[in-house]
Amino acid sequence: MKFKVDNNDVFASTGGRPFDKKKPLIIFVHGSGLTHMTWVLQTRYFAFHGYNALAVDLPGHGLSGGESLKSIEEMADWVSAVIDAVGHKEASLVGHSQGCLVTVECTSRYPDKIKTLSLMGGAGAIPMNPQLLSLAENNDPKAVDLMMDWAHGPAGHFGGHPVPGLYHINTGTMLAKSRTIQNTLGVDFRACDNYKNGFEAAKKIKCPTLSILATDDKMCPVIEGKKLAALIEGSQIDIIDNCGHMMLLEEADRVLTVLKKFITNNYPPLSS
Amino acid sequence: MSDKKKELKPNTYKFDTLSLHAGYQPHKNAGSRQVPIYQTTSYLFDDVDHAAALFNLERGGHIYSRISNPTVGVLEERVASLEGGTAALATSSGMSAIFLAVMTLCEAGDHLVVSSQLYGGTVNLFRLTLPKFGIKCTFVKPRDTEGFKKAIQKNTKGIFGELVGNPGNEIMNMPEIAKIAHEAGIPLMVDATYQTPYLCKPFEHGADIVIHSLTKWMAGHGSSMAGILVEGGKFDWMQNDKFPTMTKPYEGYHGLSFAEEFGPTAFTMKARAEGMRDFGPCLSPQNAWNVLQGIETLSVRMKKHCSNAEEMVKYLMNHESVAWVSHPSVPDHPDHELAKKLLPNGRGSMIAFGIKGGKEAGVAFINNVKLASHLANVGDTRTLVIHPASGTHSQMDEATLKFAGLSHDMIRLSVGIEDIEDIKNDFEVGFRAARKPRLVSNQ
Ligand SMILES: Cc1ncc(COP(=O)(O)O)c(C=O)c1O
Repeated sequence: MKFKVDNNDVFASTGGRPFDKKKPLIIFVHGSGLTHMTWVLQTRYFAFHGYNALAVDLPGHGLSGGESLKSIEEMADWVSAVIDAVGHKEASLVGHSQGCLVTVECTSRYPDKIKTLSLMGGAGAIPMNPQLLSLAENNDPKAVDLMMDWAHGPAGHFGGHPVPGLYHINTGTMLAKSRTIQNTLGVDFRACDNYKNGFEAAKKIKCPTLSILATDDKMCPVIEGKKLAALIEGSQIDIIDNCGHMMLLEEADRVLTVLKKFITNNYPPLSS
Repeated sequence: MSDKKKELKPNTYKFDTLSLHAGYQPHKNAGSRQVPIYQTTSYLFDDVDHAAALFNLERGGHIYSRISNPTVGVLEERVASLEGGTAALATSSGMSAIFLAVMTLCEAGDHLVVSSQLYGGTVNLFRLTLPKFGIKCTFVKPRDTEGFKKAIQKNTKGIFGELVGNPGNEIMNMPEIAKIAHEAGIPLMVDATYQTPYLCKPFEHGADIVIHSLTKWMAGHGSSMAGILVEGGKFDWMQNDKFPTMTKPYEGYHGLSFAEEFGPTAFTMKARAEGMRDFGPCLSPQNAWNVLQGIETLSVRMKKHCSNAEEMVKYLMNHESVAWVSHPSVPDHPDHELAKKLLPNGRGSMIAFGIKGGKEAGVAFINNVKLASHLANVGDTRTLVIHPASGTHSQMDEATLKFAGLSHDMIRLSVGIEDIEDIKNDFEVGFRAARKPRLVSNQ
């Protein structure tokens, strides 16, 4: 569906079900340079089971208008504005990678609004490799190829997508190249590199929090994810073996099973 | 270690490695090193919730082998990876892949612009069968790049062609024709059966959908029928209102919009969800496995196919019994330069040549070769020959033959990977008989 935030068009997938104000809201926030499409194997489930599942395209990304936001803090405020824009008072947040920085910051800023927080491949800080950052800022497609290489674990490099016929390394590449690289990936990588408030923000979080980490994640290694989780009161951790940073695709079913249990327990759906 | 900063290089697997490994993880399949053949029609649901989730496309997985099958799925991913595509859908034959691609794209009242140099079966589909579904086509000669532009109408939904036309070896200027298609807001579909991704990856030259008859070089061993359609993932279905079945809520799936929901894989998702469900040309797991076996050695075989073909071109060009030779490697072939650009790894193994002595000589040649197989297929590991004027096209008169790009003296040769000396020796026997056709045929 389309709506406006700050006068810009926002696109959000509703997981194939119409938006219904009565249902609780879950917002899914994608990683650097990507789009709502990365969440397709999670959102549709929630959409069919009593939730409004909103996988947003950040400004300047995917099908959304406007320009990419330059800092994690601005993105955090923007996510809060999305909740207002769709007429809700509260939401559950789910983030992947950069989306974890955004949702952690958002939860710490708006503690009354955010009811649960699910982090996938998250860390308290995501310092960027300077060469990768510079390639992305210079619009070099090699930045996307490197990201796809590092983001998939050794098993993920062979494929074996849960949806028959899809080859996710090429799909991810196509998503990240669908708009001008320097305006999406370049701006996002810089925002990640600049963001320093993750650990402080984490300390303020009081809502139920889940971290899904993967043993072969090179971008946000398990040890970094654990450091962040340790600062969040009562947070749960789930570690997936044989999987890289793109766990939401590489091990989509496992991620969905864990996520389903966590969200439905802590933020129940509208029963039909 | 030197302290000089190393330049970063992506280490995703390359072509030869993907040919062997893509789409398959042994640790998820009892450690089986080979891809297992899932000889089953259907798959257990964990519970009712799981069943509903699969039917609603909420999660990946298999329901029924008409829609998808794990062995076939490995093949699909493997071909998508080799082509540089986002997704693929395998079918029971090349023809069903073409049909599914058209039916996923078009509705009654739509129009396609189509190259006139196509495999005969495809010509019939476009000329005679699609009109029965209300889909009309305009044929354009493959070298007439501007002609493709002129033929586009308001209701045109795509351009279709074979990169190298058969049997005339005419090459379409794919990058230019892709531009024309994209300016008109429509996709370019390319049948790249004769090239395989080893020789050409059409997505790198602007194609949006690639189709293969896997029956040919991809499977390679003349054992199994199979086809596939592969999606490039770049085409923006939402840029105009030409593709409502991709962009508008689809009644058959709870109001799903394929383009919104699946973006770079929307075409394949629709072809599977709608096309496989309703038409059902699914590939058998055994045949998928056979094709996978072929693909494991694709680059090794294609190298030999191409080097043997170039040897045969030289041999035929210098042969007293041969009137003409058509192959893109021949320097005076009209598309010689374009072929170098689009097919840098080799120009393919299909050769057409004219035998001196016309139809009678052609018949004698075909009847006397012993190693080369006389049959209606191409892209086998074995060398294949056919004389269209006396076989597949024997009902045609001279004028009709000419229109189809054929002639009485033409022999079509699909060069195999036998020892090149043995192929040449066999051809000598054929040529000798052709020079004395009556003598030999009276024996
Ligand atoms: C170029 C081309 N496309 C498609 C086909 C049809 O493929 P199949 O025979 O696998 O149905 C053929 C078959 O000869 C072909 O040569």
